[in-house]
Amino acid sequence: MSGSVVYLILAINSVEVDWFRVYEGLERGWRFIQGFLTPDFSSRWQDIQIGLIESLTMTLTSTVAGVLVSVPIGIGAARNLAPAPVYMFCRSIITLSRSFQEIIIAILLVAMFGFGPFAGFLTLTFASIGFLSKLLAEDIEDCDSAQIDAIRASGARWWQVVNYAVQPQVMPRLIGLSLYRLDINFRESSVIGIVGAGGVGATLNTAIDRYEYDSAGTILIIIIAIVLVVEYSSSYIRRWVQ
Amino acid sequence: MISGADTQIWQFRTPKQHMLRWLGWFWLVALTVFCWNLMTEDTIWAFVADAPRQASDIGGRMLPPRWGYLNQLWQPLWDTLNIATLGTLIGVIIAIPVAFLAAGNTTPSRYFVRPVALLIIVTSRSINSLIWALLLVAIIGPGLLAGIIAIGLRSIGFVAKLLYEAIEEIDEKQVEAIRATGASGAQTIDYAIVPQILPAFWGISVFRWDINIRESTILGLVGAGGLGLQLQSSLSTLAWNQVTVIFLVILATVIVSEWVSAKVRQAVL
Repeated sequence: MSGSVVYLILAINSVEVDWFRVYEGLERGWRFIQGFLTPDFSSRWQDIQIGLIESLTMTLTSTVAGVLVSVPIGIGAARNLAPAPVYMFCRSIITLSRSFQEIIIAILLVAMFGFGPFAGFLTLTFASIGFLSKLLAEDIEDCDSAQIDAIRASGARWWQVVNYAVQPQVMPRLIGLSLYRLDINFRESSVIGIVGAGGVGATLNTAIDRYEYDSAGTILIIIIAIVLVVEYSSSYIRRWVQ
Repeated sequence: MISGADTQIWQFRTPKQHMLRWLGWFWLVALTVFCWNLMTEDTIWAFVADAPRQASDIGGRMLPPRWGYLNQLWQPLWDTLNIATLGTLIGVIIAIPVAFLAAGNTTPSRYFVRPVALLIIVTSRSINSLIWALLLVAIIGPGLLAGIIAIGLRSIGFVAKLLYEAIEEIDEKQVEAIRATGASGAQTIDYAIVPQILPAFWGISVFRWDINIRESTILGLVGAGGLGLQLQSSLSTLAWNQVTVIFLVILATVIVSEWVSAKVRQAVL
């Protein structure tokens, strides 16, 4: 307890604050809140539209690509289906993808592939692979082994076991996870634009740099609205699938 | 077995279900292809084709890491930890009342207060902490304070959402029992609700702290202090061998914080 008090004192003391600058900023903050309440949809609509289309297309394509790559990796990373070397290989891909955040991956990929939504697409796909494969592999490992044994006892080959015993058990959850990832990918797609990977984040960054708080407010409102729509519709579809 | 013309063969799905499924998949593929074309309209494929060469070039610059740079990273690392911890603290302190106002069984007014609390949660959750930081750096200037507030604002929604779900799932009998003794509203919360949600509360807070450590490592990219600030300056001077060192420090920090949070959650749950 006293340790945490000492830490708090040390931590708070190490934060240097220019209170005069903060005081000056309050007026700006107030203008931002005003901008948020009276959003300006028209004057930067062209830029916002381009950013939004990039974000949305990036979200969908990267989720689909992520799912397509994740299925084999997820099967390979399930202990009850894959031999040890394959298991180790797939698990290391998952660990690699999960250890870095989207922004850091985006920085590297933008440096390699150039600015624009293609680098963003690759970033989100790479991040989706770690997320989806890990959860899919865990799901396959939790499968009812009686069904697997039954299909195997009928003389089924490996891929027939996967198709007839495992696939029906994990399919609803795979769809649920994909929709959840779609939701996450949209949120991330609005951020990675800050480092040049396309999407509405770049537009937002520009708007804030220009102190156009009404346009920035508009973008934030649109992001919040889309996140809400995606979140509610994805949770609705997930309930319907399961 | 003789199968006549009118014998029905059992199928898993009716033809109509079959058709609907194929139609659904068809639309998904069509939509994906459409989005792909729209997205790659302006892509310069020469750059993409050039990527392997760029990758090996950057890889060559990143290695060997400039280990001497590590000495300049201790201060930013300390700042990063402070941003995450103080930010989590602020977020949690604000999230507790918001969660009680948002939970269906503790909110003072279902139709007036609850929607406001839910709106706060949604706004905070939908906006990434990097965007919060971008805004705050523009408003109150660059520095640690902007980072701390950004992390705090982002944490409110996360903590409050999970906490209000925990509050809604409590055992109502205990609440009724305490209320039957003539306890006031505050006493009911203190003796009936808090003991039930306390383990969840600690779990959620530590979980968020762990996420915040991850996020605060990059907040400096937009000027909010910490390791990201060094990352930004190394990137803009193309000092890739320093970038490697920063990545490794970030990786180590994330692994340690994940380990700490797993240990704490094991202990409380």
